[in-house]
This record gives sequence, C-alpha cells and structure tokens, in this order.
Amino acid sequence: MEDEEVEVVKGKNSQKKASKKEKSKEFVAVNKKKKNEVLSESDMEDEEDEEMQSVDGDEGGDSGSDMSSDGDDAFAGDFLQGSDDEEMGSGSQSDLDSDDSDIETKSKAIDDAKEREEKEALDELRLNIKEAPDEFRLPTQEELEVEARGPPDLTGLQQRIKEIVRVLSNFTSLRQEGATRKQYIEQLKLDLGSYYGYNEFLISSFVEMFPPVELMELIEAFEKPRPITLRTNTLKTRRRDLAGVLLNRGINLDPLSKWSKVGLVVYDHQVPYGATPEYMAGHYMVQSASSFLPVMALAPQEKERIVDMAASPGGKTTYIAALMKNTGIIYANEMKEARLSKLTSNLQRLGVTNTVVCSYDGRELPKVLGNNTVDRILLDAPCSGTGVISKDESVKTSKTAVDVQNCSRLQKELILAAIDMVDANSKSGGYVVYSTCSMMVIENEDVIDYALKKRDVKLVPCGLDFGRPGFVRFRESRFHPSLEKTRRFYPHVHNMDGFFVAKLKKMSNSKAAPAAAQVAEDGGSEIEPSTIETPAPQSNVISKKEQNKGSRKDKVDNLSLKRKKEEKPNAPTEKRKKYKPPPREEISKAREEKRQALREAKKKGKSKV
Amino acid sequence: MRPLDESETTQVFEKLFKFTGNNLKNIVESPSHEGPDQNPGRYCFRLHKNRVYYVSESLVKRATNIKRENLVALGTNIGKFTKSGKFHLTIQALNLLAANAKHKVWLKPTSEMSFLYGNDVIKVFSMSDVPLGFGIAAKSTQDCRKMDPNGLVVIRQADTGEYLRSQEEI
Repeated sequence: MEDEEVEVVKGKNSQKKASKKEKSKEFVAVNKKKKNEVLSESDMEDEEDEEMQSVDGDEGGDSGSDMSSDGDDAFAGDFLQGSDDEEMGSGSQSDLDSDDSDIETKSKAIDDAKEREEKEALDELRLNIKEAPDEFRLPTQEELEVEARGPPDLTGLQQRIKEIVRVLSNFTSLRQEGATRKQYIEQLKLDLGSYYGYNEFLISSFVEMFPPVELMELIEAFEKPRPITLRTNTLKTRRRDLAGVLLNRGINLDPLSKWSKVGLVVYDHQVPYGATPEYMAGHYMVQSASSFLPVMALAPQEKERIVDMAASPGGKTTYIAALMKNTGIIYANEMKEARLSKLTSNLQRLGVTNTVVCSYDGRELPKVLGNNTVDRILLDAPCSGTGVISKDESVKTSKTAVDVQNCSRLQKELILAAIDMVDANSKSGGYVVYSTCSMMVIENEDVIDYALKKRDVKLVPCGLDFGRPGFVRFRESRFHPSLEKTRRFYPHVHNMDGFFVAKLKKMSNSKAAPAAAQVAEDGGSEIEPSTIETPAPQSNVISKKEQNKGSRKDKVDNLSLKRKKEEKPNAPTEKRKKYKPPPREEISKAREEKRQALREAKKKGKSKV
Repeated sequence: MRPLDESETTQVFEKLFKFTGNNLKNIVESPSHEGPDQNPGRYCFRLHKNRVYYVSESLVKRATNIKRENLVALGTNIGKFTKSGKFHLTIQALNLLAANAKHKVWLKPTSEMSFLYGNDVIKVFSMSDVPLGFGIAAKSTQDCRKMDPNGLVVIRQADTGEYLRSQEEI
C-alpha cells in the first residue's frame, strides 16, 4: 500500500510538472520580453526555448518531460526520471485512486500556489535589479541646495560617488535620459571635493588625467601613507649587515624591491628608526622610495663633476656620493638658508667628503660655475607637491592654478640653467635628470617640451623599466613624441609617492634651438614645404586655444620657430639672443600673415596638381 | 676661505695629536681620491667662517669661485674656533679620528645609549665597533679597573647623538 501511495504521489508530481509546464508556458510568453531586456544569462533563455519546444512537442510525453526535466532543477530531474518508469503505469493507477482525489487536488493546489509564488518572486527580483541602476539619477538643483544647507551627509556622498563612477564606466547603457557625461563628471567633482577635502582646481586636474575608476584608486591611495623606507649608506656598510643589526634592535624590515640594491622597507619598529646608533653613525638614511629613482636614472660615475641644484635635505646628494664612492666632486646647492644646516649635517653624518655646499639661487649657478663645465646635473625641482598628498594633506586645499603656473615658470628657468652648465662634450656624461614630486602635466611634460625646444638636447631612456611613460599628448597640447621616454610613478600603481623623472642628453654646446639645427641638417629638401604646411595649421589651431587658456609663452615660441623655418630654411645654427615674447599686435599680425601665406601656398599646390 | 695661519695650525694639530698620537702623519699625508683628477691630490685644512675644514686640494681649487657668503661647507668639517680663539673638535671629525685613534674604549650596549644621550661614561666594558664619539679619559686604564662603579671613565666631548640633538649648531 505504501508503495502504491508513493508511486501515486510520484506520478501526481509528474502530472503536476506537466501542468506546471502549461502554466510556465504562459509565464514564459509574458516574461520572455522582460527577460530579454535584462542583462541576463543566456542559459535561462535556452531553458525557456527548451521548455517551449517540449511543451509544443508532446505534452506529458516521455521525451518531452525528459528534455524539460533537464532544464529544471537537477533534483526535480532525478525525481522525474525516477518516476518516468512509473508514468506508464500511473495512467492506469490514477483510476484506482479516485477515492483520494480530494486530498490530491488540495495538495496539488498548494503546490501550484507555491510554484506560482516562487515564480513571481523571481520575476520581481529581476525587475528590482533591473530598475536599481535606473533609479540612480543626478540630484536636481533643489536637492543640491537642500544638501548644501545642512551638514554634509558622508555616507550619502560616498554612495553617490560610487554610483556615478559605475555609471561613467558603462555610460551608454547606464546613463540617465538627457544627462550628459559632463553633468555626471561635474557632480562627481563636487562630491569628491567635499568628501575628501580637495579644492576645485586639484580635483579637476585629476579628473582630466585619469579615468573614473583609476581616479578613485588614486584618491584612496592618497589617503593612506606610503611605507617607510631606508637607504643603506654604502660608504659605511652593506645592506645585509645593516639589516641584521636593525633586526636585532627590533625593527622589522625587508629589502625594498628588486630594482634597488640599497633600499629597505620598514614594517614596524619597537625603537625609533631615526635614532638608532647606526643612524647616528651614518649607516643609513631615511628616504622615500621615489627619491631613489632620479639618482638611479642619473647613474653618476666615479671621478665626475656633478651638481645637485636643489639638494636639501641631502638624501639624493648623499646617494650620489655613495654611488661615486666619494670620488669626483659634487656641488650641492640649496637656496633656502633654513634648510642648509640639515643638508650639511646629513652630509657630514653619512661621511661624504667630496662635496662643496653652496647657497645660490639655482638660476645663477651657471654664472658661478661657468657654462659647459659639469658632467651631470640632478635637478629635483621645487614643485607644487601634488604627488605627496599622503605626506602633506594641506596640498589638497592650498594649491591653485596660479601656484602651479609659478612653479612651472621657475622650473623652466632652472632647467635651462642646468642645461647650460652641462658639458656636452664630456667623456662620460652630458646628462641632466629632471624630476619632480608632482603629477601635473604643466610642471612635468610641459617643462621638458620647453627644454627640447629651447636647447639642443634630447630625451634618453631613464633606465627605469617600471613606471608609466609620460604623456605625449594631453588635452589640447601636443608634445614631442620622445616624451614617452619619461617616466611617471603613481601611488596606486607603484606604491610610492607620485613622481616624474626625465633624463636629457645634451647634444652640443650651442645655445641654438634644435629646430634651426634640424632644419640645417635636413637641407633644402622638397619634403620641407609640405612638412612646414601640415604642422603649421595644426600649430595655429593649438596656438589659438592656448592663447585662450592664457599660456602665451609656448605658442609664441612655436610661432617664431615656424616663422624662422619658413624664412630661413637653410640657415646654419645661430646663437639666438635671449628670447622675449613680442607684443600682442605683432602676434596677431604675424598670424594673419601666416594664414595668407598658407592660403597662397595651398592655391599654388592645387594649381600644381 | 683661507689656509690656516701658524698659531691656528698649531692649535689644530695639538688637539688632533691628543687623540691620534703619531698617526697624525696619516691624516695629513693620506692621498685623497676626491676631485675629478686622475692623480690623487693631498688633503689640506682650510678656514671658513671660523670653521676648519679638512678637504682635498682639488676640491679647494674648484670651490674658489664660490663667493664667501654663499659657500657653506667643504669636505669634512672638523672643528671650529671659538670667539676667544680656542679650537674645539666637533663630532664630524669622528670619521677621521676613529680611523687613526690611539686609545679606544668599548661600551656595553646599555651604556651606549646613555653616552649618546650626552652623559659621561660610567665604568663598564664590552664590544661595539661603531664609533660613537670621543672624550677625555678621566683615569688611566689601570685605574679604571679599580674604580668604583659610579666613577667617570670618559668625559664626553662629542658624540654622534649631537646629530639629532643639535642639528642647527652643526
């Protein structure tokens, strides 16, 4: 009897499955539309197809149920397959069990209801998921005003930031109707500014440089400090010995990375790492990992003459001395008197004997030391410090566009002074390494591009194989293609402070710009006129935009250079006097003339062809 | 920047002699590898703003075109002249002295720290090869062994802790 009942139940279940398929057929027809809209798995759709087919084919047939059973839960599948054998017999048995029909129908009804509920719940869930991204819309003007009145709602801000980043990463599908990308980005800037404490200028600059997801990583990385690193002073000890001694003192450390043989990173310490006897004996220096890089790029050799133009507090200078093994001579220059004592004491502490310390404005150094006298120069230029926000949070709010422009101007003057001091004909050198701890393009690529235009130098690989190449173009500026040899370092990628390194080689000691020199080399080839024409309109467009932005200097340089090319294509390299930008009327006149010339040339070209 | 005159030179040498004895010759005569020339030059002493620097000649030559008020330091600073004309050795001379010193005192690690904080040395002995500073021995070696535990062994003149404590004075 029991067996019979069990069989009956199983048989009923199979019948129910068949009837369920009828119902599911209806559902499928309705849901298919909705499910197609949702980014859903194709598996489901395949299942629907199978079920449709099976239902259409043979209702309640063995093969049909077999197919559909595969689509449903495995559990039910087994159930069905187990009962398939009985299905043949169940037909006959159902007549016998008409007495229990009440209970059967009741249980069947309950099961049906349950199935329906589950289906509906599933559909609702899918609907909800689909609606959620659409739910996010930009706050309207009134909402923003209301928000501005009260204290900032931090969790709400963070939520909104995350939502906007998500929308921006898949913009075409997730965007709100009628909202432009710009609106989303504006809102993101405001939110990031108020949540993390950045001023408008800084956050806009970062938004221009990075895609949204990376921007978030960068900002998060700035909130945390970078690991503490030490540099072994190879004049006095070796890294292995030092590591052993410090471990004994209770400082937990490890070698820094495979790119450095002298770096150590400190994980935790029981004693202050800046006050051990080894520190005082000058066995190591506390220095951030990014500061190793410009000296590694400089690669000073023994018995060379080196100048460090902004030397304080002396970490890089002492590293240079260690690499040179105290031979040769280093001129360490530091303009600010307050920082001088730190520099001298570090030099003495680390046992550096080949250094002369002086205190000049870096721009005056060529007068003091003479032009073309030095083998290599390191210029770790004073900058806005946007790469070291993890160390100094005040940069977030204090740096404005004016500050950055001032820094940029100073850096341009300094780099020209540095290039003038280097001797291009030196046996082993002729290099200038320029580095900053900033991420702004105006202070980095722009300065290098300026140097390339003004002096006969060229970029060479830094020798640092990790790190991202610098920008060759950025918004409306186009830089020299060799700028991809410069290197940028980021906190969220390399786990060190934001940094920029570039290595220049001086080709000749003349002060002429390379454009004139290049043209002389090319000679009067036929290619010239077309090369002048095609970059000229581009530079015109660029120069217009740049003038609108307000940075006249580069554009004027471009103009005058192009003019020179057109006027004197075969001129030999001449010594140009110190360049002064011509007044506004002259510039507009010159531009008009150029446009005329272009039109005429085009006409000529057309007539020729 | 000028070379030392007679009286100054004698003062400096006397002080150095106390620590190094006959090794003084080494200090003056050792060949220097600094400077870009191939031949090692010699070392010499120069006076600049009351500070005495021990530099190699080639460095000196190249530093002459830096103006007086802009020059800050050269080579190694070994000491300074006080206003009354006496000469004191400073801690930067340690490297120079340690290589050529005649009498050395070794300290236990615990008193090491104490010495570096600026105290005088109390009678204890052990090994530590890192030069920490220098001072005047208050007693002779034999007496040290007999002394009571609180007696002073070395009156400290300069120690490397000064690099942290009094950075500005350097």
